[in-house]
Amino acid sequence: MFNLNKNKLITLLKVQYSNMLEYRVEIALWAISGIIPFFMLNIWTNNNLNESINLSNVMLSRYFLSAFFVRQFSVVWVVFTFEEDALLGKISPYLIQPLNPFFRYFAQHIAEQITRLPFAIIIALIFFILNPESIWIPSLGIFLLSCVSTFFSFLIQFLIQSIIACMCFWTEKASSIERLLFIPTLFLSGLLAPVVSFPEYIKSWIYITPFPYLIDFPANLLSGNNTNIMSGFAMQLLWIAALFPIFTRIWSLGTKKYTAMGS
Amino acid sequence: MNIKKYIKIYSIFSYTSLASELEYKTNVIIDFVTAILSLVGSIFLLTIFFQNTDNIGGWKFEQALIIQGIYTILNGITNTWFNPNLTEIVKHIREGTLDFVLLKPIDSQFFISLKKIAPSGFLEIILGFALLFYCIGINQININIEFLLLSLTTLLCSIVILYSLWFLISTTTIWFVKTWNATEVLRSFLYIGRFPLNSFSFSLRIFFSIFVPIAFITTIPSEVFLGTAQLWEILLELIVSGIFFIVSRRFWLFALKYYTSASS
Repeated sequence: MFNLNKNKLITLLKVQYSNMLEYRVEIALWAISGIIPFFMLNIWTNNNLNESINLSNVMLSRYFLSAFFVRQFSVVWVVFTFEEDALLGKISPYLIQPLNPFFRYFAQHIAEQITRLPFAIIIALIFFILNPESIWIPSLGIFLLSCVSTFFSFLIQFLIQSIIACMCFWTEKASSIERLLFIPTLFLSGLLAPVVSFPEYIKSWIYITPFPYLIDFPANLLSGNNTNIMSGFAMQLLWIAALFPIFTRIWSLGTKKYTAMGS
Repeated sequence: MNIKKYIKIYSIFSYTSLASELEYKTNVIIDFVTAILSLVGSIFLLTIFFQNTDNIGGWKFEQALIIQGIYTILNGITNTWFNPNLTEIVKHIREGTLDFVLLKPIDSQFFISLKKIAPSGFLEIILGFALLFYCIGINQININIEFLLLSLTTLLCSIVILYSLWFLISTTTIWFVKTWNATEVLRSFLYIGRFPLNSFSFSLRIFFSIFVPIAFITTIPSEVFLGTAQLWEILLELIVSGIFFIVSRRFWLFALKYYTSASS
C-alpha cells in the first residue's frame, strides 16, 4: 500500500537533509526556543518545590534536561506544512507520485532532527557547565531504550498530527485543531512539571492518555528516575497501533474527497 | 500626520481583515476553546507549584493569579495584533511586496503593524480582565481613581514594550530574510511572564530584566495592581517603554535604508 523501499527512503532522507542544512540558522533558533524546561527547573529548585515530590535537585535537573532532549527530537509540525501544501494545491503533484506524500514529511522531520542534534548538544553542554553536579552518563542499554521511546513519542505525535492534517481535506484550515491539542500536550506531557507532581485526581486517569508517554516517560527513563519501563513501552506501542489504522482510513477517505485546488 | 485619516484607514483595515478571518468560523471557535484551555492549564500549573508551599518568590497564590491575568491580556493582544501582522513582515520582504507598502502615502510602520486583526485573541483579553476583576475581590483591593489610572498606565506601557520587542525582532528580517523563528524564541521567553520574577534565581532575574524585559511586562503591572509597587518602579517602567518605542521606530527607519527589494 505504501510502496516504499530502501532506496526511496535513503534518497528522500538525503534530499531533505541537504534541504534542512540550508536552514540551519532557523533550526538553531528552533532549538533555542525549546529551553522552557530549564526555566521551569529554575522555578522548581529556586523555591524548593521539589521537596514535596521526593526528587533531589540533581535528579530534577537531569529530568528537565532529558525532557528538553526528548522534546527536541519529538517535535512535529507536519500539520502546518501539509496545510500550506493543501491550500496552495501543492499536494496534487505529490499525489501522482507512486509514494505516499507523508513519507516526504516524515523524511523532513527526521532530517530536521539530524540537523538539530549539534545545537541540542551545545545547549546541553552549556547546561552542564552551569550545573556541573548534574552530569551523568546513562548506561548504553538505558540510552538506547530512551532513544527508542523518544522515537515512539515522535511517532505518536506524528500520527496524531497527520490525522489532524488529513482534516484539511474537509476544512482547509486544520492547524487550529493542532493548536488546541497542543495545550494538553504542553501541560500534561511533563514538559513543565514531572507527572509525579500532579495531584491525585489527575494521576488517576492520565496514564491511560498518550500524554505522559510523550515526554515524561522517555525523560524519566533517560534521567534514571523511577518509571515502569515495561508498561511505558506497552502503552506507547498500544497508542501507535491504535492511531495507525485511523490515519490510513482517514487518508484514503480524504484523498477521495480531495478536489485539486489552484490550477 | 493626519490623525483623522489614520483612524479612517484603521477602521477599513479592521473591517476587511475581520471579514476575511470570519470566513473560517470554526477556526475562530476552536481558537476560543484553545484560549480557555490555555488559561485553565496555566492555573493548573500554578496549583501544582502551590501544592506544598504557600508562596513562590514571595507571591501568594491569589497574588500570582494577577500575573496570570495580566499575561493572558497581553497574550490576547499579541494574538490579535502583533502575531498576525509582524509575522507578515517576513513574507513582505521575502517576496518583495514591501515595495508596495513603501509606495503607499501612509506611514509604513503603521501599515505593517496594524494591517491585520485576528479575532481569536479577543476572548483571551476578556478572560484576562475577568480574572483581574476576580483578583480584585479575593485580594480585597480598594478601587479608586489613582489605582485605575496607575494600573492602566503600566498596562499600556507593557503593551508598548511588548510591541517594540516584536517589532524590533521582525525588523531584523531586512538583513536576515528569514527570522520567522526568532519570534518563536521571543515567544518562549515571554512564556516566563506567567510567573513572578522573584521566583527565579538571581542570574535569570537579571537576564529577564535587562535582555528580555519580562520584569517590566508582567511583574511591575501586577505589583501596581496589588499596590506594592514602588514609585521608582513605575517611573522606570514609563522610561523603559518610551525608550523601547523610540528605538524600535528609529531601528525601522534605519533598516529601511538597507532594504534592497526582492527579484528584479
